[in-house]
Amino acid sequence: MRILVNGNEQQMTDHTNIAALLEMVGVNPEQVVTEHNGDIISPERYGAIHLNEGDTIELIQFVGGG
Amino acid sequence: MTIQQIQIYLNERSLTAASGTFLHELKQQQCPDADLLIVNGYPCLNDQILADQDRIVMIRRGVPPDPQELEALMMARHTPGVHARVKNARIGIAGAGGLGSAIAIALTRTGVGFIRIADFDVVEPSNLNRQQYFIDQIGLPKVDALRTNLQRINPLVSIDVFYGKITAKNLKELFTDVDILVEAFDAADQKAILANTFLREFPGKYLVAASGMAGYEPGNTIRTQKINEHFYLCGDNMTSAGPGCGLMAPRVGIAAHHQANAVLRLILGEDPAAKG
Repeated sequence: MRILVNGNEQQMTDHTNIAALLEMVGVNPEQVVTEHNGDIISPERYGAIHLNEGDTIELIQFVGGG
Repeated sequence: MTIQQIQIYLNERSLTAASGTFLHELKQQQCPDADLLIVNGYPCLNDQILADQDRIVMIRRGVPPDPQELEALMMARHTPGVHARVKNARIGIAGAGGLGSAIAIALTRTGVGFIRIADFDVVEPSNLNRQQYFIDQIGLPKVDALRTNLQRINPLVSIDVFYGKITAKNLKELFTDVDILVEAFDAADQKAILANTFLREFPGKYLVAASGMAGYEPGNTIRTQKINEHFYLCGDNMTSAGPGCGLMAPRVGIAAHHQANAVLRLILGEDPAAKG
């Protein structure tokens, strides 16, 4: 299936979840805010939220410094 | 044609005077204790005849203006309507390091009515390369040092501080009475925890966060991005602090002032991420 990650098409296997997506694209789950179809997903639910064809994911990654 | 009356501004307040009034005459009438007279931006050593629309500032060196006068001075620097809205705003700042200390100063100078600052750290010598503290404040809790500095700038701003760690648990209590929270942490995972928690706990409030401002890359790569209606992110999204790429005053200051400006624009109902 295809999903949109930060505006780019991403090919994924079916029955996958946000945790697996983050691992696949190399994003540290502890340093990101994840929007799934416009909703901000609590990090403890990354393994529980399953992705569907056409879903939109926005990953807002933080880097250190301030 | 001679003007019988002239309109002048004394310490930002409008005043009518007789045509032909001398500067020293006005001083005797209005501010006899003043020892510094500034006319239209220039200190005046000699007496002179005042002209219509002159802007005069009379200062007694070392004596701060009383609160009422200070308020008039600050109001005069804002577009009508801006001062009242800024004064009613309630802002939270999470972190009082390079970002938080600079943001707090910008918002205090702007006249924001209430600022709550939370931080667990003390001022260390290495902080002085970018954070708004002084050598004689080393060892003090940052929130206490910052409050002192802010009150020296503008005593009209109400400053509330919390000296301790912000956690997912106490965050709700700490920032329940602010309209906008500024994320000004250092560590990436702490930034993410704060953003995730705040955005879910307070869906109606605004978050202005920062990511990517280390080193001395071009300042132009730092920008304000709209993530969604309530979430704005300032920085270059890339440059993390680490060995060989330290945090330095200019870029941290640029990011901090992007955040402060985003806060100001939200207060005034403008889109912080609008294209120029």
